[in-house]
Amino acid sequence: MSILETIRTALRALMSNKMRSVLTMLGVVIGVSAVVAMLALGEGTKADIETNIRSLGADVLTVRNGPAQRGAVRAQSVDSLKLEDAEALTAVDNVIAVAPASNGSAQIKRLAGNIGAQVIGVTPAYFQVQKLNIEQGNAITDAQVRGRLHSCVLGANIYNTLFPLGDAIGDHVKIKGLSFQVVGVLESKGSGFSSADDNVLVPITTHMSTLFGRQFVSSITVQVASEDLIDAAKTDVEAFLRMRHRLKPGDDSDFNISSTKDVLEAVGQITGVMTAFLAALAAISLVVGGIGIMNIMLVSVRERTREIGVRMAVGARRRDILLQFLIEAVTVSVLGGLIGLAIGAGGAYGMSKAVGTGFSLPVYAIVLSMVVSLATGVCFGVWPARSASKLDPVEALRYE
Amino acid sequence: MNVIELVNLEKVYHEDMPEIAVHAVNKLNLAISHGEAVGIVGPSGCGKSTLMQLIGCLDRPTRGSYLLENHDVARFGDNELARVRNKSIGFVFQTFNLLARYTALENVMLPLKYSNDPDPKGKSLAALEKVGLANRAHHLPNELSGGQKQRVAIARALVNTPAILLADEPTGALDSRTGAEILDLLLELNSHGSTLIIVTHDLGVARRMKRVVKLRDGRVEADGTPEAVLGAVEAH
Ligand SMILES: Nc1ncnc2c1ncn2[C@@H]1O[C@H](COP(=O)(O)OP(=O)(O)OP(=O)(O)O)[C@@H](O)[C@H]1O
Ligand SMILES: [Mg+2]
Repeated sequence: MSILETIRTALRALMSNKMRSVLTMLGVVIGVSAVVAMLALGEGTKADIETNIRSLGADVLTVRNGPAQRGAVRAQSVDSLKLEDAEALTAVDNVIAVAPASNGSAQIKRLAGNIGAQVIGVTPAYFQVQKLNIEQGNAITDAQVRGRLHSCVLGANIYNTLFPLGDAIGDHVKIKGLSFQVVGVLESKGSGFSSADDNVLVPITTHMSTLFGRQFVSSITVQVASEDLIDAAKTDVEAFLRMRHRLKPGDDSDFNISSTKDVLEAVGQITGVMTAFLAALAAISLVVGGIGIMNIMLVSVRERTREIGVRMAVGARRRDILLQFLIEAVTVSVLGGLIGLAIGAGGAYGMSKAVGTGFSLPVYAIVLSMVVSLATGVCFGVWPARSASKLDPVEALRYE
Repeated sequence: MNVIELVNLEKVYHEDMPEIAVHAVNKLNLAISHGEAVGIVGPSGCGKSTLMQLIGCLDRPTRGSYLLENHDVARFGDNELARVRNKSIGFVFQTFNLLARYTALENVMLPLKYSNDPDPKGKSLAALEKVGLANRAHHLPNELSGGQKQRVAIARALVNTPAILLADEPTGALDSRTGAEILDLLLELNSHGSTLIIVTHDLGVARRMKRVVKLRDGRVEADGTPEAVLGAVEAH
């Protein structure tokens, strides 16, 4: 019998027992749809995070306090970065901007308004390096930094909360009880993690001395002339800072430098683990679905013993019978896989629309779900199909 | 020329367990030539169905030789046996054995599908025409009478123009008038050249054959014209 004819025979058997076929499919449908949905949401979230990280620019290096990171383990942090380090770094080759920052958090108050915010001490370069745009007023200036002035620039959310009627420029807010004059408001960045919208920016000198009493900065962001120079610049910055910190060769650095690329790699690693976890989940749910198929196929072979006998009596070879039942199993599982793919993708899409997370249906998820559901059908269909093909024609015909 | 030649043919069920072993066919010798119409009779349990299954290549003999058109069936593998069942043999059962979810036409087409015939539909319609059921081609078996079902089964048996038609009590499930019609049909096919072998309990059916073989305990007890064999029975 030709393959096409065998497929038609198999489809016919499935159609003649629709409810059972649908229920048999359900295991695979659920397994595949769950996996596809999670892959789509996972990939979407990963893409979101990457976009966020990339928005920082691929041309910046971030220098932080503490020993260089070894693998995932970070040794105890040692503060080492001084404001003077940042000033000196402008001398390094290919460095076009250096933006030190000092982080703290505080309540920001105005009249009855009160909101918690990240208060970040910055220099003018910070706005360039972090690609922040000013909506109203001006950025922090060198003069304000030098004079340790009580000036501040508000993130969009802070501004909206404290100045519901607008008109903030020249007005004052209280940070840790001290009065600061609002000199500017940032353009909203929209959603995203650790958004600048919730930040309040003040001169770094004021931040370190008056507000938080610090000797060391939290980080120094270095902008490099071009993306291609990032690795070379990283080496240069490291050597330069080691020299300034008087480290001997062989000593561990008391700071660490990361590039956007490093962070992306770390994110890639985390999503890799997630994918492996999902793969395990897929395997389990598909084994369950596969056992369901095998169970029904075994019942079906038994029920149709006489039909098998008749087919053999009129000339079906064992191979024809084997293929007929195998194709039935594979059809159930592949159809289940397709339906699962549609449900999973649709569900993930709906969820991403509802919750606002990312959605991305990677081609590998489609291919994977198809291949795996096909393999499930073959693996769990082969044993019932073999048992059908091994029947003795006389015994099968005699079966009541 | 002999189309079927059985020499010392044996079929033992459960041979490995002596207490329950059954010699259903026991050193049986029989030769049937082209175009014969043979009736096989004998008491219940004498091995008629077993013999038909062996001749029909549904089962393999335990010992002895079976030459089908001068080919030694013992040497055939499973695939060759399937081919023989498909091409050389048409089997008609007492209980019809039609596929319930397939229409009459589709049931008749089945052997042609397994032989990858280029025109299964045309040939099957012709076969249904031959058995007088062209107008029932698209009916399901349970929409047909017993006699009509058996006609469909006969159409299925003859659609691949096999050399041998085997029928194990083809009229057993039918009333006598319908049974007679079915027998007429089988004899007509025989008159066109098919070798016909019918197992029957109905002596009226047996008397219409040209040759009758009487079995007892898995052996041939009598073999000859209906008058000779069945007359001997009556004289008993
Ligand atoms: N699969 C089997 N396993 C064991 N014994 C069997 C089997 N099939 C048939 N037999 C035995 O073989 C003997 C011959 O059986 P068979 O069916 O050939 O008889 P039969 O002549 O067709 O009888 P009937 O006229 O009642 O149909 C019987 O004794 C039967 O019990
Ligand atoms: Mg019998």
